[in-house]
Amino acid sequence: MSQTEFKPVLLGRVGRPDSQSLASYRADGGYEALAKALKMANTEVIDVVKNSGLRGRGGAGFPTGLKWTFLPKDVNGPIYLCINGDESEPGTFNNRVLIEEDPHQVLEGIVISSFATRSTTAYFYLRYEYGRCYRTLQKAVDEMYANNLLGKNILGSGYDLDIYLHRGACAYICGEETGLIESLEGKRAWPRIKPPFPAIEGAFRRPTVVNNVETMACIPHILKHGTEWFQSMGIPKDPNNPRDAGSYGPKLYCISGHVNKPGLVELPMGITARDLIDKHGGGVWKGRQAKAVIPGGLSMGFMTNAELDTPLDFNGPGRVGCLGLGTAAVVVIDDHTSMVDVLYNACRFFAHESCGQCTPCREGTAWSTKILERIRDGRGKLSDIDLLLEIANSIGTIPGTTICGLADGAAWPIKTGINKFRGEFEEYIKSGRRSQSHALAGAH
Amino acid sequence: MVKVKVNDIEVDADPKDNCILAARKAGFEIPHYCWHESLSVVASCRMCLVEVGETKPDGTVAMGPKLVPGCQTPIKEGTVIRTESAKVKTTQQMTLELLLLNHPLDCSICDQAGECYLQDYTYKYGKAHSRLDEPKIQREDKYHIGEQIALFTDRCVMCTRCVRFTREISGTSELQVVARGSHEEIDVFPETPCNNKLAGNVVDLCPVGALCSKDFLYKKRVWWLKHAESVCTGCSTGCSIHVDQNENKVYRLRPRENPQAQGHFMCDEGRYGFKYIHDDRRLKYPRLKNPSANSNTAVASSRPSDLSFADPWPTVLSEARKRIQTAIQNDPSGFVAVLSPQMTLEEAYLLASYIKGIDPRTKLTLGPVPVSGSDDLYPKGPKGEPPAAGKVKFTIRAEKCPNRLGVEAVLRHFERSVILAESLGKSSASAWYVVGGYSAGWVNEKLDQAVGTPSLLIVQDIFPSPLSERADIVLAAGSFAEREGTYVNHAGLAQAAHASIRPPEEARADGRILMELAGRTGLFNAMALRKEIGTKIAELSAIAVGELGDYGVRLAKYANQPVAAKS
Repeated sequence: MSQTEFKPVLLGRVGRPDSQSLASYRADGGYEALAKALKMANTEVIDVVKNSGLRGRGGAGFPTGLKWTFLPKDVNGPIYLCINGDESEPGTFNNRVLIEEDPHQVLEGIVISSFATRSTTAYFYLRYEYGRCYRTLQKAVDEMYANNLLGKNILGSGYDLDIYLHRGACAYICGEETGLIESLEGKRAWPRIKPPFPAIEGAFRRPTVVNNVETMACIPHILKHGTEWFQSMGIPKDPNNPRDAGSYGPKLYCISGHVNKPGLVELPMGITARDLIDKHGGGVWKGRQAKAVIPGGLSMGFMTNAELDTPLDFNGPGRVGCLGLGTAAVVVIDDHTSMVDVLYNACRFFAHESCGQCTPCREGTAWSTKILERIRDGRGKLSDIDLLLEIANSIGTIPGTTICGLADGAAWPIKTGINKFRGEFEEYIKSGRRSQSHALAGAH
Repeated sequence: MVKVKVNDIEVDADPKDNCILAARKAGFEIPHYCWHESLSVVASCRMCLVEVGETKPDGTVAMGPKLVPGCQTPIKEGTVIRTESAKVKTTQQMTLELLLLNHPLDCSICDQAGECYLQDYTYKYGKAHSRLDEPKIQREDKYHIGEQIALFTDRCVMCTRCVRFTREISGTSELQVVARGSHEEIDVFPETPCNNKLAGNVVDLCPVGALCSKDFLYKKRVWWLKHAESVCTGCSTGCSIHVDQNENKVYRLRPRENPQAQGHFMCDEGRYGFKYIHDDRRLKYPRLKNPSANSNTAVASSRPSDLSFADPWPTVLSEARKRIQTAIQNDPSGFVAVLSPQMTLEEAYLLASYIKGIDPRTKLTLGPVPVSGSDDLYPKGPKGEPPAAGKVKFTIRAEKCPNRLGVEAVLRHFERSVILAESLGKSSASAWYVVGGYSAGWVNEKLDQAVGTPSLLIVQDIFPSPLSERADIVLAAGSFAEREGTYVNHAGLAQAAHASIRPPEEARADGRILMELAGRTGLFNAMALRKEIGTKIAELSAIAVGELGDYGVRLAKYANQPVAAKS
């Protein structure tokens, strides 16, 4: 399927009048997938999702169906499904549009997924800032209860499900699945050590699955149209790499930064960053060139202009030294912007959001911010560049020094920023100039 | 047991051990801050990162790709741990540099200096300088964190041991982490300071100088302190402790880890309850009330116990011996000795064998057993309720004496039964030998009346009491810190306590007094006496080994009792 003839799937109903209401969703064939799923065995639903090759849209790209199979076979007592709506990766806003414009699509996915995972309770963890999402969702959930789509004996199938909306308290770390679970339990969102993984011991010490909002939105469509339809979109498995799970299906790309037309577009997986910016984002603003592009949220690091032909599938950004596709939130940085300022802003964000549990992340993120603050103040030293790299290399899970991935996310912008733009940093430090970008200055 | 290889040294380790414990068995230290044996694992300080791999069936070793926290990583047959590789060392250096980033380096005025894991690990695993060029984050000290605890906020390494202690062991949850990232701090909610009865333990748990004991603050540099292994005599739990003293003054008590007794902790009652040993009101000199008068003409007026009235020990002891002999000859069944549950086994044995050796018709009794309220169990529930059975992690016992079981065993051997001194009627005997040793007023009305005004009253005690005031002979004895001997706790665990200081002025440790009184030759030697007691008294045969080790030995009678730390 070529991109030109692609008809949006997840955003298909966005923009229609009354797209949030149950009546309009049903008129468009909504909840047919649920009715279909409820007639199947739950393991059959898992098989469909597994065979579709759907990978989690939250950032790590873990195969969704496989995640569901990690739940223990025999469970006495409840299993929980948690929906991660703590969308806080800088540059990302796809969950917001999905929830605000078409809540029933997400909720249908949640009911199907709960059925598949044998959950009888689903917790929708929503970031606090999404007030409109909360109200829209609550209204939709109420409609569902009134129409036998939630509660006892859903659609006469004998299956019971309750959904609770839970609003977070504005912390980035709550997007980490075990941080989310701790926060849901009313505790400080300090990610847990694994094992045990949430599938064995998650929320309230019960088996738990945590899935992203966009992942949930994909589920009804997979059930409805089948796995072949789903696999007709995106990039197939790399036959030379047995560990590659492929990048199938539609994906929401958030475009922001220095472009003419920022926004959210839905495309099959695998569009190149250059095409995305030029064809869907209206090109770099003010006729300038892109200096750097963040492929999938700040924590994935930077691509250079020369690397923009990289396809934005699950494997593409990794090939050019980025952490991964992340949330597919593309942020464009034009050639008038100082990378020192950009990196400072990134570090400031992660220092502010580090939960403070592990020493390397707690201290390392704050230290790198201080160093960049000094460089921006014209008091940098050339040795600072290597020191920043050393700090970046000694935090994160990939050297194995922290509990969760936040520190990797904090380290990647430093690693890629300095490795790819080292000359600019050296020149900046040698010039001894002070940053012109006062908008970014201030206490963190 | 499984075979584990640590830096090419093979050891047998418990499959329940983590890498830190397994490495310890092989003689290697894996540095750590947040991990503590009796607290939950959080693996957050990242100081214990090591390389871990496994031995494949063909004998080759496959090391994991990443460093893993030694505290969190379990071991199994064939686990290979490397604690000294270049990768591990670099990471340790970086972690220490990060931990010291905002640390004020105020060792010169820090109480913890000398027993600080930041100092020790920096010497062993760190590097000499910091590359931080920017100002450090400065934080307010928090003296309000607890009545006995001060928090030097900027020295904290955020290991959260203290937070976990109040959640998991005391159950009182006063301490929290507030704020986030590098700005986070330990704190309490307003108006709810950390004043629970186990609060002092957070000071011991703190691996750095952040939490300090106000009681000990700025009193002594720790390197001047000498440590004696001892047993807390505050209650029948019998916590293993260290008595830390310098120049004959005890500065603090610290719990000594003993899984057989109490685990890793001790209560504040015991921790701060030692002050009485330096009280100025202590009996400091032996005293004869009326050396020339015979036993029928007791003088009513009592003499103050100051130096001018002190009588030399040889005079006092020979007089005491003489009068005891006479009293027993005159009325053997009218001679009563009161053994205190504060006495060590050795002291009880010396006194009992001496008195019974003169005449078996004499009577041995047990002194008052102080009981206060009921057993206090931890961790507390959210409303302060005690934990369910099987979930108990610490107990402060209602019985406020260390050796009731031990003294009772001695009494059973010599007297065939345990008679309470208080249960004897008014003025029930003609001669009394009463041993005290309690920290506070202990002579109750019943005992006072039972003793009455006999023809001979000998009191061996550390504080003046109504009895010592009217005693014919007062023997100034030693407190727990001045005595050596064995205590049997509530669960039948016999533990050895060592003397740490000398008794004040002319006072003498009870064992020394009794050796001389009984006319035994040689110095008081707890080890030799334990062997003697163990062979003579069947119930106490377990202590015949003499050396009881760090954890003590269980008496056979109590062998089936659950391990004390868990009950």
